[in-house]
Amino acid sequence: MRKMGLRLDVFLLALTILWAPALSDLVLSKVDRRIDLTSQIARITSTLKVENAGSGLVSEVLLAFPESQAKHLAHLTATPNEGKGKVKGSGISYPVQLVHAKDMPPSLTFYSVSLPKGLGKGDSFTFDVLAVFTHALKPFPEKITQADIQLLVFQDSAHYLSPYAVKVQTLSVKLPDARIESYTRIENTKNIGSEIKYGPYENLPPYSYSPIVVHFESNQPFAVAEELVREIEISHWGNIQVTEHYKLVHGGAQSKGEFSRLDYQARPHVRGASAIRRLVAKLPPRAHSVYYRDEIGNVSTSNLWSDFKKTELEIEPRYPMFGGWRTAFTIGYGLPLHEFLFESDGKRFINISFGCPINEVVIDTLIVKVVLPEGSKDISVSAPFPLKQWQEKKFSHLDLVGRPVVALEKTNAVPEHNQKFQVYYKFNSLAMLWEPLMLIFGIFFLFVTGIVYMHVDMSISKSSASYLAKLQWDEVQAAIQQIRNIITRCLVIHDKVEASLRDLSRTGDIQACKAARKAADGLLKELSKEMKPLLAFLQSSQQAAHLLPKVEELVVKVKDLEERLMVKHSTIVDCYEKKYGGREIENRVASQVQKITALRQEVDDLVEFIDEI
Amino acid sequence: MVGKPEPVNGTATAKTGPSPSPATSMSGLKPDLLNNLSFKTLKLKTKQQELLIRVSILCLVYILAFITRLFSVLRYESMIHEFDPYFNYRTTLYLTEKGFYDFWNWFDSESWYPLGRIIGGTLYPGLMVTAALIYWTLRFLSFAVHIREVCVLTAPFFASNTTLVAYFFGKEIWDTGAGLVAAALIAICPGYISRSVAGSYDNEGVAIFALLLTFYLFVKAVNTGSLAWALASAFGYFYMVSAWGGYVFIINLIPLYVLVLLITGRYSMRLYVAYNCTYIIGMLLAMQIRFVGFQHVQSGEHMAAMGVFFLMQVFYFLDWVRHLLSDTKMFQAFLRITVTCAVGIGAVALGVGTASGYISPWTGRFYSLLDPTYAKDHIPIIASVSEHQPTAWSSFMFDFHILLFLFPAGLYFCFKRLSDATIFIVMYGLTSMYFAGVMVRLILVATPAVCLISAIAVSATIKNLTQLVRAKNKVPQTGSTKGGSSTKGSSKGSVDQSQPFQRNGATVLLFGAFYLLSKYATHCTWVTSEAYSSPSIVLAARGAHGNRVIFDDYREAYFWLRQNTPPDAKVMSWWDYGYQITAMGNRTVIVDNNTWNNTHIATVGRAMSSYEDEAYEIMRSLDVDYVLVVFGGVTGYSSDDINKFLWMVRIGGGVFPVIKEPDYLVNGEYRVDKGAAPKMLNCLMYKLSYYRFGELTTEYGKPPGYDRARGVEIGNKDIKLEHLEEAFTTSNWIVRIYKVKPPNNRW
Repeated sequence: MRKMGLRLDVFLLALTILWAPALSDLVLSKVDRRIDLTSQIARITSTLKVENAGSGLVSEVLLAFPESQAKHLAHLTATPNEGKGKVKGSGISYPVQLVHAKDMPPSLTFYSVSLPKGLGKGDSFTFDVLAVFTHALKPFPEKITQADIQLLVFQDSAHYLSPYAVKVQTLSVKLPDARIESYTRIENTKNIGSEIKYGPYENLPPYSYSPIVVHFESNQPFAVAEELVREIEISHWGNIQVTEHYKLVHGGAQSKGEFSRLDYQARPHVRGASAIRRLVAKLPPRAHSVYYRDEIGNVSTSNLWSDFKKTELEIEPRYPMFGGWRTAFTIGYGLPLHEFLFESDGKRFINISFGCPINEVVIDTLIVKVVLPEGSKDISVSAPFPLKQWQEKKFSHLDLVGRPVVALEKTNAVPEHNQKFQVYYKFNSLAMLWEPLMLIFGIFFLFVTGIVYMHVDMSISKSSASYLAKLQWDEVQAAIQQIRNIITRCLVIHDKVEASLRDLSRTGDIQACKAARKAADGLLKELSKEMKPLLAFLQSSQQAAHLLPKVEELVVKVKDLEERLMVKHSTIVDCYEKKYGGREIENRVASQVQKITALRQEVDDLVEFIDEI
Repeated sequence: MVGKPEPVNGTATAKTGPSPSPATSMSGLKPDLLNNLSFKTLKLKTKQQELLIRVSILCLVYILAFITRLFSVLRYESMIHEFDPYFNYRTTLYLTEKGFYDFWNWFDSESWYPLGRIIGGTLYPGLMVTAALIYWTLRFLSFAVHIREVCVLTAPFFASNTTLVAYFFGKEIWDTGAGLVAAALIAICPGYISRSVAGSYDNEGVAIFALLLTFYLFVKAVNTGSLAWALASAFGYFYMVSAWGGYVFIINLIPLYVLVLLITGRYSMRLYVAYNCTYIIGMLLAMQIRFVGFQHVQSGEHMAAMGVFFLMQVFYFLDWVRHLLSDTKMFQAFLRITVTCAVGIGAVALGVGTASGYISPWTGRFYSLLDPTYAKDHIPIIASVSEHQPTAWSSFMFDFHILLFLFPAGLYFCFKRLSDATIFIVMYGLTSMYFAGVMVRLILVATPAVCLISAIAVSATIKNLTQLVRAKNKVPQTGSTKGGSSTKGSSKGSVDQSQPFQRNGATVLLFGAFYLLSKYATHCTWVTSEAYSSPSIVLAARGAHGNRVIFDDYREAYFWLRQNTPPDAKVMSWWDYGYQITAMGNRTVIVDNNTWNNTHIATVGRAMSSYEDEAYEIMRSLDVDYVLVVFGGVTGYSSDDINKFLWMVRIGGGVFPVIKEPDYLVNGEYRVDKGAAPKMLNCLMYKLSYYRFGELTTEYGKPPGYDRARGVEIGNKDIKLEHLEEAFTTSNWIVRIYKVKPPNNRW
């Protein structure tokens, strides 16, 4: 504590030395400051009423921050004051920019707010300034044990530091808890519950500074992402894949000594009150395929709720995070494309939020990478705040030239940076088909190669004995296959003849039966003619020597079968012509029928044997 | 097992298709003709049909083998399992990031602190190189996969390939039917699945493939006498050597097989070509693996192969001499002299080699394979591993199911039709079965043989049965055609009735076989999903309401180490967790699962079993920053460090006689409750495990400090740590990490 006081003194000394006269003729007629310290992010909202006491037209108002604050400043906006009760943030904000003026004290950093219209003589104007600071709350003591509570220190000035004279001003500091270790008491200081009020102070000259220190208890989680890389990958097939890689550290008081699981389990809110147990990420509605994992695998402690307004992902780190402990993890989710991708005058643009979805996280370095589809052109970015920007390439599945990546970097990001930004690009829809076509052709060529391989003669020596033998064997096989086909056809004809006999027994049409017989005879004759050269070839071939007897046997059997069938046929037809009775006919052909059945059986067996060659 | 019914059906339809049986009635004829016409265009030759069915069955088996191993991914996640796979994953990651040369020359300072480990020279690189090649190929084809996914799926992929090899092997030793059955059996056999589920990224995953491939190619080479196949076999052997230490099995089984063939008078030129080529080229190739080096010519385990090689030359020489000498008597004399000389020279060479130290004697691991009791007496570090225990009957039943009964049946068929190939499979089956009985983990090696031999039994039986059934089916078919048109059916009927019992019996047996095989399939699926898919990093249990409770404590602890300790912190734990700590925690360990230095492990064992101040001295000398212990007392997780503690005592005591096992036992009994030995109650391991545990109520109705893993109230509840402090304990207390405090500043 003593050390800190000393530092403040030195700072004050420097200020008094650099006391400089007021810049212009502006006067702040009323300043209300509200410092919100309920989270790890310090938010100072100042309502300024500016009055032009001079004669010239003034359109710029300067805001001053001491160096110690300026380096923690993450976000600064000026918005019109719409009075109490109205919803803030109607979307209008005035441009704010850093200015380096020569005749200013160098230990101060100035920002100038451009007013919407110039302030004439005697005019006054009221607006709000929101300044957001990260790492402005310092844990003190810096190291605590598991049982200790976390205490924080915040420093500011009780008087509004400004290059202008301030007529009336007040300051209120809102703390998370009523338990306050100590705070600087000067005149007009009040403490009501968890709020400390300074002021009102009247008629203070420019650059008045009255340091105050608030030392209070806070067990708010100090989730600081040292680095967050968000990757937003657009697929024109209907999905936006967001992947966020976090490197998180507990930025509060460092833990020292033992970590006792027993104590933590028994009284988690006393022993380990400031530990980060869970984080809640508010994802856009209709987020799907959500996952939460880290380098060594899936983390199973997470919950997901979703309704039509939002998707809420509650994640627990693998272990409760005490001060100074680190963790790293990745969350990812898919979003429907049509809600974020739009088209305007020939260009497409994605309109998606910049910051991180987890509540109250300070991000030291935020890198957002937008991965556009392969073949995107004319890429441009529009963002509501200045960013460092560069381009990369990413190779994903089936990429040939790589996808263009727009990388945007922002340091010191806070939830206030959760604003939409746009990336414009040109992309031909037909290019979408490129990758599926590539796959299709790839597989197609695989099959073609297979077919070609099967049909191409790959043997090197065309005259070797084994090669010739193989060729001959192929021919023999072809011949046998042909013979087999002919025999099949013969058998079909036999069946037809049988069928004609059955027709005869039903209708008694002798002429039709005879005609069928005649046709069958003709066909069979042709078939036997076809068979002859094939048999001759088989007889001449050496390769077929061991098969020949079987084939010949088959041919003979078929011939035999044919003859017997014809005999049966003529007998039956004869009988019908002579008008014998059914029993008589059966008796006459009985012996033939038996032999035909037996033969048929043998032929079937032989055909089966030949099939198995 | 999906395989069997189909070929039978296939050939049946093929037969009835082209030769339409004469229909009995008009109504039957017309559709038949129509069928004929419509099928004419699409009709395939019987052979093509058979090929189509065979290929589609093989494809289905291939896919089945892959997807049945994905249970672990569905039940848990796509992650690396167990212990050794984490080392393999870490090295693969290194290989893909740094390239092959860096990998080959990698000196790993993160393990075996302060000794370090020369990774390239002490590992079998086959697995990592395979995974990296797959990864690079996929990357080249522009598939942006993560190396972890490749590693997770390597084992299932190779299991699928193994089914193909099993098919060809089955085809080579029996017929295509047996090949298909073998492929189907091995695809889902639990004995193999246990080591090849997705995530089980271990050497065995690819080694079984390489083993079976080498055997298949060698048998093919012996059958054909072709130099090309022998060469392929040598390359298969090379791959096996690069992948797994189990290659010693090949280099001993093949000579043994050759020896058996020589003795049974089956020596042939084919065998000579196959063995010589495989041995010489395989040996030269194997020497390229640094971890193996010159062992093929210098170690006792490889001498059998060399002996058989020289024996082959003698055989060949004798054959040649017999060719020249017509006089049998002279040849007999010559034979006697030559054999005596050859054996004598061999024995002298071996003796001199061993005595001079050129040939190293058999290692303890080899002895422990031949003699199940050896490790227990001499090498506690081998005996301490649960998978090195002798196999119980129940685990044979669990891993083989019906194959256990089909195996002898298959052996019968093999003996009935002895050939060079069946002799090989019989020898492979019998030897590997013996080794499977010695060590649980070697069931894995026996699995392919058991599957192949069982496949022969199944295929041959079913083939016989279906032949019976089909032969009978044909007669009634023609009989009925007759019976419809005439009354002569009675004569046919008498033929039918001649063997009615046989046909019915065959049908019943066929159904019995299908029943058994379907039981096998259900059993395998059940075992895979329930027993073999757990990654053992993540533990799952059923909660009180039947919901699934996940204990992710290991990763919680490792990730804590990774994030919240200095990058150069040294972690001391029992060697089981070494690989996981280096891979997931990314921190240096004192000992790990590569148990190459027994003394170092004994030092850790000694520290764990000493009093805290003595242990502190040891830890200071080893530069230890953190101590990690695994403790199951809260959750009832039984494979924790307290249950392993006696092995630490034994291994520590084996090197440092100060540690005596009886000091930790009471009347030969191991206890942790009030009646425990005083040394036990105050040793470091006890203190670290039970620190502040005495204040915790674990189970309703039990006193605080009730150890659920051992079911007792602990004996020392007032544990104070002097030199260590609790740094982290996981949410279910399974892993506890302690920080070693720096020495006191005061004198």
